[in-house]
Amino acid sequence: MTSTYFGRVQTRLFTVFTIGLLWTLVLTPFLSLPAGEKYKVTLTTLGWVALLGVVVWEPIWHLLQQFRWEKDWPAMYLLLQAVPEAVLVRVVLDRTLTTAAPVGTGTFALHFATTWLAIYFFVQGPMRVPFLRWRFRGGRIL
Amino acid sequence: MSAPASTGRAGLNDGLLHTSVWTDELVASSGLPVIDMPFVTVGGGLGSFVMVDYLRIAGVPAGHMRTLTVLDHPWQNYEYLLSASQVTREKRIRSDSSSCLDNIWGFPGYAVRESFGARSVPGFIAPLWNVLTENVLCDYWTPKSGQVFRSMQREADRIGYWGTLDMGRAHITRRRHGGGYFTVLTRPDGNDVIYRSSFVHLAVGYPGLAYLPDLVEYRNRYGDSHRVVNAYEPHEHVYEELNRRGGTVIVRGAGIVASQVLDRLISDRDRLGTDVSIVHLFRTFVEGAHGPSRFLRRRGEHGWAYQGFNWPKSTWGGQDRNRVLRAEGEAREKWLRTLGGTTTPRRKRWQRMLERGRRQGFYRMYVGEVQEVVPGPVGAVVTRLKPGTAGAAPVQLESNFVIDATGLEADIAEHTLLADLLQHSGAERNLLGRLDVDPQFEVRGTRAEPGRLYAVGAATLGGYLAGVDTFLGLQIAALEVCDDLARQGFCRFIGVRRSISQWWKWALARTP
Repeated sequence: MTSTYFGRVQTRLFTVFTIGLLWTLVLTPFLSLPAGEKYKVTLTTLGWVALLGVVVWEPIWHLLQQFRWEKDWPAMYLLLQAVPEAVLVRVVLDRTLTTAAPVGTGTFALHFATTWLAIYFFVQGPMRVPFLRWRFRGGRIL
Repeated sequence: MSAPASTGRAGLNDGLLHTSVWTDELVASSGLPVIDMPFVTVGGGLGSFVMVDYLRIAGVPAGHMRTLTVLDHPWQNYEYLLSASQVTREKRIRSDSSSCLDNIWGFPGYAVRESFGARSVPGFIAPLWNVLTENVLCDYWTPKSGQVFRSMQREADRIGYWGTLDMGRAHITRRRHGGGYFTVLTRPDGNDVIYRSSFVHLAVGYPGLAYLPDLVEYRNRYGDSHRVVNAYEPHEHVYEELNRRGGTVIVRGAGIVASQVLDRLISDRDRLGTDVSIVHLFRTFVEGAHGPSRFLRRRGEHGWAYQGFNWPKSTWGGQDRNRVLRAEGEAREKWLRTLGGTTTPRRKRWQRMLERGRRQGFYRMYVGEVQEVVPGPVGAVVTRLKPGTAGAAPVQLESNFVIDATGLEADIAEHTLLADLLQHSGAERNLLGRLDVDPQFEVRGTRAEPGRLYAVGAATLGGYLAGVDTFLGLQIAALEVCDDLARQGFCRFIGVRRSISQWWKWALARTP
């Protein structure tokens, strides 16, 4: 991908709140989370992915992109960036979200990883079907 | 009605030739048949094909368009240039997986399609793993030219492209008094016909090959085009003779074609065990990473500048595209010169080949400016380099062959239609000497309201898009033209709904 900063932000917000949200709604009932608080946990996770992404991570990734001659962001980087992003979301959730029982690391990882992969595969190709001009505009939708 | 005067062009009288803006009456007086056609695209190569594809998807019936061409199929000229420069149908071209000429969405890309077409598990996994890790763990994945051509054939069948073809050489486009354009096509039987259209799209490709001046002089003076060849024209005899007798060959240039030529020479040498030595002559020797700042530094070594594709990736839709798009005049020229230049991909296979060549001594590198090329002893050519200091003796390189792989392009005025456009229709050159187009690829100065004249491809380098002569560049240009035509009411705008429904038709191989 060859995103501009605003392209990164728009793509993240759009994909998190469409593909990410859809997948989360489907997956949540099957996760081992406290009854009655399942959606509270997963939707808060999704919210932090969007918020921390826009405020913290995208500026960092975009800065690192400046050191690349091609001003691109290889597909593999998009996968690897999930690791630090997941760690930060987990830390923030631990400190801000109170639940009846603690959220297991495995459960968090399953939700985060599968959601990230769903978004990843969507932006690698299918995203271009509804948004023909998206790839020529540095990832901007609007 | 007077008979057409002798003009050198069948059927066109002096009145027409010397009038820049034609009236319907003037055209009628020529007695030539006039065909009303809302949209014509001139060229019939990849640029015309992509344009027709977009317009069909944007709802234009095939019967409202004509492709004026001498080519039987859109990849004809491209395949010829590829095969001359050692890229056969089984070899991979320099283009990325999602730059699909047959699919305006680039999804599914060539890699996924190759993967699902594989007949083995490794064959299935390899392309997917390659695109996943490209440019990090491995080289860029690139499609085989055969796959590109086969998929274009399928798309051409789907959209009814073949029905838009009118064979012949289009050599004049003039503005029409009252709006629109007249385009003159000389048919294979020598008869002229005139198309009256609102919209004209010029996708005439490269005006022609240009040769290094010292090689032109050698060829002209000594009449020898056997030992001094251009890599873009057929030169199989060079490899055949070297394979038979061995010898020395000089390769000039440091782009992808030079890499392909070296690949062929070294592969043949390895396969046949011949005594072939290669002298690689660089005009500019790149010693390492280079660029104006830490944030604009391109990788390079051993003479080469490395880059995955012809331009940095983001010139097709990212930061660099915006830089070029937002700059005007000399600022844009400066950006294009910074981002452009001769490069080759840093492919592992080539790295290994040349490293071995340097180590074993059969591949030697020289740097310098050529002073002259003259005949040597029987069967040899001598290349003299300009001496580094005044008074010093020039370095002389003797070889059996010289292959010019510099890829110089001829001036746009070498193309008859473009020359006529510059002379009669208000078109002008940009700072790089090519056709000046606006961001929507309309040729500036040629508007004949409500008509529009567009140009795409190599002739427009220097405009608001860097990689104009690339697969993706042609698609970006076609999309810009398509959107502009939608604003004129000629076609539908491809929005979200239309894009999805048309992709679905593409997937099911149904007509748009």
